[in-house]
Amino acid sequence: MSSLALTHARFQLIETIRIPISLIGSAFFPAASMLFFVVPFTGDDPVAATYATASMVTFAVMTTNLFQYGIGVAEDRAQPWDPFTRTLPAGPGPRFAGRILAGLVLMTISLIPVVIIAWLFTAATITASAFLAAIGATAVAAIPFTLMGLGIGYSLPSKAAIVVAQVLFFPLAFGGGLMTAPGSAPGFVENLAPYLPTGGTVRLMWAAVGDFPLDVSSLAALAGWTIALGAFAVWAYRRDEGRRFS
Amino acid sequence: MIPARAINVSRRYGDVLALDNLNLDVPAGQLVGLLGPNGAGKSTLVNLFTGVRQPSSGTVELFGGDPRDPVHRRGLGVTPQETGLPPSLRVGEVVDFVRAHYPDPLGRDEILGRFGLTDLVKRQTGGLSGGQKRRVAVALAFAGRPRIVFLDEPTTGLDVEARRALWDGVRAFHGDGGTVVLTSHYLEEIEALAERVVVIGGGRVLADDTVDAVRGLVAIRRVSLTSRVPLPDLPGVAGTERDGDRLHLMTADADRLVRDLVSHDVPFADLEVRPTSLEEAFLTITHEPVAA
Repeated sequence: MSSLALTHARFQLIETIRIPISLIGSAFFPAASMLFFVVPFTGDDPVAATYATASMVTFAVMTTNLFQYGIGVAEDRAQPWDPFTRTLPAGPGPRFAGRILAGLVLMTISLIPVVIIAWLFTAATITASAFLAAIGATAVAAIPFTLMGLGIGYSLPSKAAIVVAQVLFFPLAFGGGLMTAPGSAPGFVENLAPYLPTGGTVRLMWAAVGDFPLDVSSLAALAGWTIALGAFAVWAYRRDEGRRFS
Repeated sequence: MIPARAINVSRRYGDVLALDNLNLDVPAGQLVGLLGPNGAGKSTLVNLFTGVRQPSSGTVELFGGDPRDPVHRRGLGVTPQETGLPPSLRVGEVVDFVRAHYPDPLGRDEILGRFGLTDLVKRQTGGLSGGQKRRVAVALAFAGRPRIVFLDEPTTGLDVEARRALWDGVRAFHGDGGTVVLTSHYLEEIEALAERVVVIGGGRVLADDTVDAVRGLVAIRRVSLTSRVPLPDLPGVAGTERDGDRLHLMTADADRLVRDLVSHDVPFADLEVRPTSLEEAFLTITHEPVAA
């Protein structure tokens, strides 16, 4: 990690922290989803509650990253500061790395309430080592969705980015099996899910917190998605020239 | 090595041709003013040189390489036309952020001191006045100890005092051997700073000369008069514009034109002689119809 990436991350965080309501906003949605969906339906069953919490964490990871980058970057590009930073002698690497790092910090803050709610109000259980594994899985899960968000943000104007992010997130969540317990989604979803970025990440998460078996082909698909979405993000960054005039 | 060079460069935005097969060399240590009306292609050219945009055809070089490659931007400093600093960051933080991108930047205090911003170091940029923001934006161009700076209308919105202070900063940089490309639509600013003036209009280089030569070129006067009879063919009229029975004549020599009108016994009233704006002068040079 270059020091320039850390600089980008630091300033990204400073900008966010100076408008604290945005932090509360991103923490609210996953916490509310926990209270409305996980606590009443699976709260009493330790295994189901643990998997459901893991699914909710994955869901939160996807939505926060897809939206914070897809829309955030598209909006940034409309500001004159963005083309100025492109005249500085640095390519997309440090900028992306810094954004991802800052995004991970913000995402962690928004996930803390989810974990606290699972701990206090459900029967979900987790060992210390599984918890550490889950933190690692969360970080891995964040990368493809961050890159997807960056690609959308750099390739579309903000109004289009909002629509595309919204259109993408539901089929990804449902198709990846985030809305259902492991193994209980409709058949076509069960067949498709391991190869979607959402399905790959939630399986990684389930394996981290429970006995869910890791599937090599699903992991390979996730790695493939991450590389492809990284290429998409870099392509979108390179072709971007700020605002379009025609 | 030539710090900045454009070879047969064209750039279109959809149907609009912003730059039309333009050629320009900026040798090391020169202070070049790019002069031209709004929409002439000045900012597009700056955006190509600074790596923000790509040419549709032709080659743009910065220190011999593609400005889109970050390595070639190490010696580059830029003040864009629009300021747009991140509003929640403090002035000192913005300066540090920019400095962090360069291998051997100036110290933060030195940059702030040079542009009279020391007192603003703790202020969030969102709370600064327009002139203060502009000064920060200009200071940022020099933060990385650049060898060439592109200043796109740097003093727009500044009062006279701030403008002169900024000119001193640009002169000091140039005095130390720095190369400067400055765009402006103020002839005064170009006169105060530049050694060489490149007049751009319609995406092409219309004139490329010393300040004195270009000043002569754009010293077009507008002679307005009301006359009910058609005017005879008068020498030295570069353009005519009719507005009812009011006529506007563009000429480089207003005195001679008035003498000619009198000697031809043209019945006229309400004679008025005004300097033209640069924009009118440029349009006259290019023989395009002047907008009323």
